[in-house]
Amino acid sequence: MAVKSILEAIHDTLWKAMEADERVVVLGEDVGAKGGVFRVTAGFLEHFGEERVIDTPLAELSIVGVAIGMAINGLLPVAEIQFADFIHPAFDQIVNEAARIRYRSNGAFECPMVIRTPYGGGIHGGLYHSQSIEGFFTHVPGLKVIAPSTPYDAAGLLWAAIQDRDPVLYLEHKKTYRLIKGEVPDELFTVPIGKGEIKRPGEDITVIAYGLMLHYALEAAERVAKDGISVEVVDPRTLLPVDKELILESVKKTSKVLIVHEDNKFMGFGAELAATIVEEAFEWLDAPVKRLCGPDVPAMPYNEPQENWFMINPDKIEAAIRDLAEY
Amino acid sequence: MTEFIAVGVETPSSVLNHVDLGLTDDDVLRMYELMLLARRLDERMEILQRQGKAHFHISCRGHEATQVGCAYALEAGKDWLHPYYRDLGVLLTIGVPARDLMLSCLAKKNDPASGGRQMPAHWGYKPLNVVTQSSPVATQIPQAAGIAYAIKRRREDAVVYVSFGEGGSSKGDFHEGLNFAGIHRLPVIFVCENNRYAISVAQNKQMAIENVADRAAGYGMAGVVVDGQDVLAVYKAMKEAVERARRGEGPTLLEAKTYRIVPHSSDDDDRLYRPREEVEYYRTVNDPLNRLRNYLFEKGIANQEMLDEIEARVMGVVNDATDWAEQQPDPDPADAMKHVYWDR
Repeated sequence: MAVKSILEAIHDTLWKAMEADERVVVLGEDVGAKGGVFRVTAGFLEHFGEERVIDTPLAELSIVGVAIGMAINGLLPVAEIQFADFIHPAFDQIVNEAARIRYRSNGAFECPMVIRTPYGGGIHGGLYHSQSIEGFFTHVPGLKVIAPSTPYDAAGLLWAAIQDRDPVLYLEHKKTYRLIKGEVPDELFTVPIGKGEIKRPGEDITVIAYGLMLHYALEAAERVAKDGISVEVVDPRTLLPVDKELILESVKKTSKVLIVHEDNKFMGFGAELAATIVEEAFEWLDAPVKRLCGPDVPAMPYNEPQENWFMINPDKIEAAIRDLAEY
Repeated sequence: MTEFIAVGVETPSSVLNHVDLGLTDDDVLRMYELMLLARRLDERMEILQRQGKAHFHISCRGHEATQVGCAYALEAGKDWLHPYYRDLGVLLTIGVPARDLMLSCLAKKNDPASGGRQMPAHWGYKPLNVVTQSSPVATQIPQAAGIAYAIKRRREDAVVYVSFGEGGSSKGDFHEGLNFAGIHRLPVIFVCENNRYAISVAQNKQMAIENVADRAAGYGMAGVVVDGQDVLAVYKAMKEAVERARRGEGPTLLEAKTYRIVPHSSDDDDRLYRPREEVEYYRTVNDPLNRLRNYLFEKGIANQEMLDEIEARVMGVVNDATDWAEQQPDPDPADAMKHVYWDR
């Protein structure tokens, strides 16, 4: 086991996946000669050649559309959308095509592909390099949506996603790329899609968070622990299909829930979790289900004071936990 | 520069000779039978819609020469097809049985395209590499480029046929798909079945140019315009495009000038946007079946008696498909949760 950043974990897993399976190809803007704007595919072009490492035109619709065709005809494409903010032209190909191919063909055709994309803010990216997009795509049966938070999960879930026979949207929080480090096995391994993990066990309050927010939640949990508030931090890891059992089990233990995500609140991923908890664990609750989410403004401002206003941080999570503890 | 085949020449039959194209008399008779089968099967499907047995109909009528001519140049089981909703003639020519197509029309449980989940004419036939369709137009175009990329990567000599209307050529999917295919010189033939109306919108409101195929130059590929009412001309254009692709010389944008002689779908009234005289011309003088029939007579390939035999055989197939499909089971609501994700 070696200590790696999330970026290194993704790079190394993708590299080993391409070595292990000839069918795997990567395609996207700047993935070749430049090795990706975040350097996820650094060195790939030289090692695997331009037939398997494809610098595409600056056209997201066809990055996904072409990848769908590759998947239908026996390749295992890993498409990169350079920033999640730019995925929207490909919405039709992802939602109407990739996610519906198995269902609409009654199982005759399938679309085993991965779409990787960096998302999230706090990096001075402004409106169009900071977006969280999971709310749009977790509404789509047929698609799988993954948001790993640690190098271990990033590696294990990426290999699982590449081998998965359904289309997988793999979300990488760009602020965690170099910030978060952890131990990762040297060989390819899988973390099961659809299974969450308790990242910190606790008794009093359940906090559900993923991506960068998972780490902020862990930090807040550590702070309040000094005052005797025991927080259980649940990382869903897969957002669709989500590990409902794990979440309900934790809620039934603690009876209080805080859901944290950076994506804006209205109709966000947390709304579905909250509704599910209220529907299926109402009798266990000792407080209203609380959500701490990005504000309902069109996108994240660039300037630092307003970016800080938008972003959720450990202080905001700590305050929300203390409020809930007192309820 | 765009190449033109048999365009702008008024003829009651064809300016080409099938022998020059490597076709036998039997081939031409087979083409006629397939075109007639597409026409008669389509007419039957429309009747079933009018009877309330199907809920929707969208027609191939008028496009038969384009569709049979294109698919006749493909190799069934090896080549890939990503057709659009009008392509009944393509499906029949590549070898999809009429019975299976009727299962789709009636949304039956064993419909091979979708198990009755999709509206009629949303094709799909895995054994013959006919890829599943959706309703948004032109989405299949970049996908066809991806299918062709996989073919090229594995050094196979298959080609991909992908079709769309001239309306579909306005979408970004068209531009992005052709651009990618041009860059990588992929073995794919982009066939635009230009029938001059995207539902009601005439071509001059769709684009500022006369020929969709003129855009081929912008993608670094061959552009060909062909008389889509002449099955021999279409076959020639498609055969050359397929050979180019198999030789590794890249894609072709092939535009067939054709016409649909009925409304867009069972929910359209084309009297709102097309003059009757125009429709009448394509129902008579320039109907693809009439053109080929004249050719068969001119060359002495067939007489009326032989054509009557073909008509009887075709109606036998249509009647059999209808009677058989009507007896097949409907889908079970309990199966509607299947195939959301892969389950072993």
